[in-house]
Amino acid sequence: MTSIPTRVPRGRLRITHFRSLLGTVPFFAYVAIFLVIPTLVVAIGAFTGDGGFTFSNVTALGDAYVLDAFGRSILLSAVSALIGAVLGAVLAYVLVTAKPDGLLRRVVTAASGVLAQFGGVTLAFAFLATIGLSGFVTVFLRDHLGTDIYANGVWLFELPGLMLVYTYFQIPLMVIVFLPALDGIKPQWREATESLGGSTWHYWTRVAGPLLAPAFLGSALLLFANAFSAYATAAALVSQGSPIVPLQIRGALTSEVVLGQQNLGKAMALGMVVVVAVVMTLYALLQRRTAKWLG
Amino acid sequence: MAGVRQSRVRRQRVFRWVVLVVLGLFFLLPLAAMVEFTTRGDGNTWSLLVDWPQLSATYPDLAEGIAASLEQALLTALLMLVLLVPTAVWVRLRLPGLRPLVEFICLLPLTIPAIVLVVGLAPVYAWVNYFLGGSSLTLVFAYTILVLPYAYRAIDAGLSAIDVKTLAEAARGLGAGWFTVMVRVVLPNIRSAVLSAAFLTVALVLGEFTIASLLNRTNLQVAINLLGKSSATMSVAVSLAALVLAFVLLLILSLFGDRRKASR
Repeated sequence: MTSIPTRVPRGRLRITHFRSLLGTVPFFAYVAIFLVIPTLVVAIGAFTGDGGFTFSNVTALGDAYVLDAFGRSILLSAVSALIGAVLGAVLAYVLVTAKPDGLLRRVVTAASGVLAQFGGVTLAFAFLATIGLSGFVTVFLRDHLGTDIYANGVWLFELPGLMLVYTYFQIPLMVIVFLPALDGIKPQWREATESLGGSTWHYWTRVAGPLLAPAFLGSALLLFANAFSAYATAAALVSQGSPIVPLQIRGALTSEVVLGQQNLGKAMALGMVVVVAVVMTLYALLQRRTAKWLG
Repeated sequence: MAGVRQSRVRRQRVFRWVVLVVLGLFFLLPLAAMVEFTTRGDGNTWSLLVDWPQLSATYPDLAEGIAASLEQALLTALLMLVLLVPTAVWVRLRLPGLRPLVEFICLLPLTIPAIVLVVGLAPVYAWVNYFLGGSSLTLVFAYTILVLPYAYRAIDAGLSAIDVKTLAEAARGLGAGWFTVMVRVVLPNIRSAVLSAAFLTVALVLGEFTIASLLNRTNLQVAINLLGKSSATMSVAVSLAALVLAFVLLLILSLFGDRRKASR
């Protein structure tokens, strides 16, 4: 701000300030209706019953089937985040050691950007065409090698299947979020380690490892939140039962039979927000630590 | 020393190709399987897909979904721009103190899963139904919230690269009104940012399923999901086509981004 406002009388300053605020009214009104109100509906609804305020929805989160759903959701997100983080980090490392402006790096980064967004129904159908009951790989293995990948039951529509399918968008996401941190590693650090007599093992465990650890952990947390919030892929793949929380919420939203289920859905939604908020806060903290060295 | 480095480079190259081949197989296999799956049998799936009148006669739900998604994508991009660009410029010029708040709000949808948002949106959409009816186009309101984080970051980056304040003051000093400042001074200067925000919006809207399906409206993804129950081959073909479209959109975006960086 310049020095002009000090010369304006207080009353006029307030009016011009008020008129400036008017310019932001459309934006704030819009987010109030379509973002703030929905958030409040979830937060308040979680504590509302037939007779007003109640804890019964939230205590219903302790029911065995809801707890199981949360447990499975967390397991699915953790496993797919871990696999995605490790493989994605390896792929990112491969890109960093390649030529910086080479074709390989450009193509893989661009493809990662697309594949990280590739979720939902299309991904589910891609895997149905691959390892569905009449999928390409399933049929090929059965006809040519005589192995039935579903000899012990069809696992594609259950938790192991979801883990495999989720990995498909987790690895590219890891490449995108972890690549900047790897780029921050300076070759001079390796040279310094070598000139001090350190081996490759020393370099990775004492220098690069500790430097990259916060970035790796932070990226893994982001992947966890990503998998935890995903709905469409699971919805298209799993039509029977509701093994994970998003599908439980679908059940609560669409069932018109059991009254009072609506607000249990809001309580589960609130539970999801809490988990995601905790994970994202940790992510932000780790991100700040990463920026110190690898910014 | 040179020998050590050379052997490391060789090791790295072998490692690189092993990783690329293994992961490349994992990522290309489902795509190849989709092609194989849709070309089984008499193979008229693809010829049907490019024949719009025939397609909408055979699969009316699918045609309706495709049309709905395209309209939603266009309208969402438009509403996002109308809502976000003037606000972002205005806040930069007149209310810099509000910037952290606007940024916080715009990034908020990242921490709220779509499935949670839809729970809260259900009552809001009861009112939308009451005032505007149950058309699939009303999803545009929710989608604009969904794309807010991505669009805001793109536009904010564009605004950071130019000196909005000087430009606006110069235009104002020459007698331009605020509308002229926005449309004829600021907008042309951030057109690449606006373009990338619009591309991201279109890509995201074309892939949206959660909100549309749970609010009982239709779009491309809902139609594909529905089709999967009756005609697996056709649904896989449409999935692949939608995927290729998103690929092309986002590839253009990333190449465009590269060019912008290079020219700076």
